[in-house]
Amino acid sequence: MAVNVNRLTPYAFLAPAAAVMLVALLYPIGYMIYASFLDWNPSQRIGQAEWVGLRNYANLWSDPNFRESFSVTLIFAAIVVSLEMLLGVGLALLLDRKIRGMSALRTVFILPMMIAPIVVGLMWRYMYHPSVGLFNRTLNDWGLPGIPWLSDPAWALPSVIIADVWQWTPFIFILALAALQSLPQSVMEASRIDGATGWQQIVYIKLPLMMPVLFIAALLRLIDAFKVLEVILVMTNGGPGLSTEIVALRISRTVSEFRELGVAAAMSNYLLLLLLVLTIGMFLFNKAAERREERLRHAAEDAYAEENA
Amino acid sequence: MATDVRKGASPLLYAFLILLVVLALGPILMMLLTSMKQKVDIIGDTSALFFLPTLDNYETVLCDLLWYEPDHIRSCDPTFGRALGNSLWIATISTGLTLLLGTMAAYAIVRFRFIGRGTVSLTTLMMRMVPPAVLLVPVFGIWNFDFCFGDECLAGTYSGVILLYTAMNLPFVIWILQSFIKQVPMQLEEAAKMDGANAFQTFFLVVLPVIKPGLAAAAIFTYRIAWNEFILANALLDRGTRTVPVTLVNSLTEHNVDWGVIMATGMLLAIPPIIFTFVASRQIITGMTAGAVKG
Repeated sequence: MAVNVNRLTPYAFLAPAAAVMLVALLYPIGYMIYASFLDWNPSQRIGQAEWVGLRNYANLWSDPNFRESFSVTLIFAAIVVSLEMLLGVGLALLLDRKIRGMSALRTVFILPMMIAPIVVGLMWRYMYHPSVGLFNRTLNDWGLPGIPWLSDPAWALPSVIIADVWQWTPFIFILALAALQSLPQSVMEASRIDGATGWQQIVYIKLPLMMPVLFIAALLRLIDAFKVLEVILVMTNGGPGLSTEIVALRISRTVSEFRELGVAAAMSNYLLLLLLVLTIGMFLFNKAAERREERLRHAAEDAYAEENA
Repeated sequence: MATDVRKGASPLLYAFLILLVVLALGPILMMLLTSMKQKVDIIGDTSALFFLPTLDNYETVLCDLLWYEPDHIRSCDPTFGRALGNSLWIATISTGLTLLLGTMAAYAIVRFRFIGRGTVSLTTLMMRMVPPAVLLVPVFGIWNFDFCFGDECLAGTYSGVILLYTAMNLPFVIWILQSFIKQVPMQLEEAAKMDGANAFQTFFLVVLPVIKPGLAAAAIFTYRIAWNEFILANALLDRGTRTVPVTLVNSLTEHNVDWGVIMATGMLLAIPPIIFTFVASRQIITGMTAGAVKG
């Protein structure tokens, strides 16, 4: 009897969480996959909706608007993650010193991430405002013409990207700084004694040793970049035109404005597939890189052993 | 010999640091200042910094909760007061639930070997990828038509949204707490078992107190999501149960935006996260770095 109880203990601990996730996360996702094969509008029950097979997927595939928004999403995510990695890691390398008040600084840097995305969107929308906004006021004060930050298709995406970079660079910075500070000091010391310059230390020692953390940081940020919705919703609502309409936003508009739940479900599936491919791809790439490094290290060790034999 | 070979900072670096702080805080201060401006000061040509600060906008937003009647308000709109209550209730309950279920699950995944452990932890990790927007369609359908008890459906109720937020936050909380539970020394638990505690007693009386910092971090992250979430709350909640982010976006109509009032609402929405940040920044940073740096 006692053995039985012990064997069931892990399941007892797991059961409540598993039940909630099953009911409110896995079931909805299964439901969504089913719904993506339907022609379904919000006034119908799902049972009344017509089965249309792959039509939603096919239509979306050839829909120039969806393609546009798909590519906007990819461009947004790629630029945002690259910029944030570059700035965040750069700042971490620069600020990895004995600085008084560093913890206060980190606290300040966390603030943008903790505030509601809705509020972040609001602040930036106000600062970008054509007449009362800070940016155009300053430009006007300097005698320069204002910039149509959010109302010009060419400016809207960069403006949105700036807001995201403001909000999320600190995330990379904090992870990179933690990684730097957990590096073995002995390695740094040794390289310094061997006469490595600051740059050499960064390129040959710090960055390679930080790689595992940087990889995870980039992956987390990339996944989150596809979740961004509220900031853009408040700033531009996808406009002007489709210039900032990321897929997440298009899904929400398809539900509320066009009232085509089946199509929105198919879109959601495309987005999930994309995320899955990206995550798996990055993991495989990381595995391959690790293996290559391992091989190189083995080769180096073998050569060293032979030399000393 | 000093082991720390890191260099100190030069005056130039300090200037740079100040610039960074200004960049990080600027937009937030901007919101704070605007929320204390009269409409005239916002539209007018007055400078951004020099104006007569006023709390009128906050009074307008909070009019329903005030014990006095400000004379600049003609008709009081009770929307925000109600939304604030809704937000507090939903965020608090869902955070409590998520923590309870999440720690138990994380404990099981770390401490027990059981069939399907790998699948469970992989599924949990995968669930973190799911963007909230993806849940929009199914949740709308299920909460409106599927999860009904008699005539009552989950859509529009507190429990409906709480269930959803709990499910959404669980993967993240389990992931974070795993790394904290791994650090609890086995001997501690074995000692408890020797003293005759069963698995549940060991968990609640021995493990939980030890991982308090992890719990704090997890609590803040969950609370933040539940407090800030907009898109699903917007789809599910009705007039009586709406949360603050929903009312905020609703008041952002295209024309005639009253920036002062809106910024005051935004400020009120931002205050709890700001307080958390200042009170528990160390826990937040540990939570952020936990899964990634220590692996």
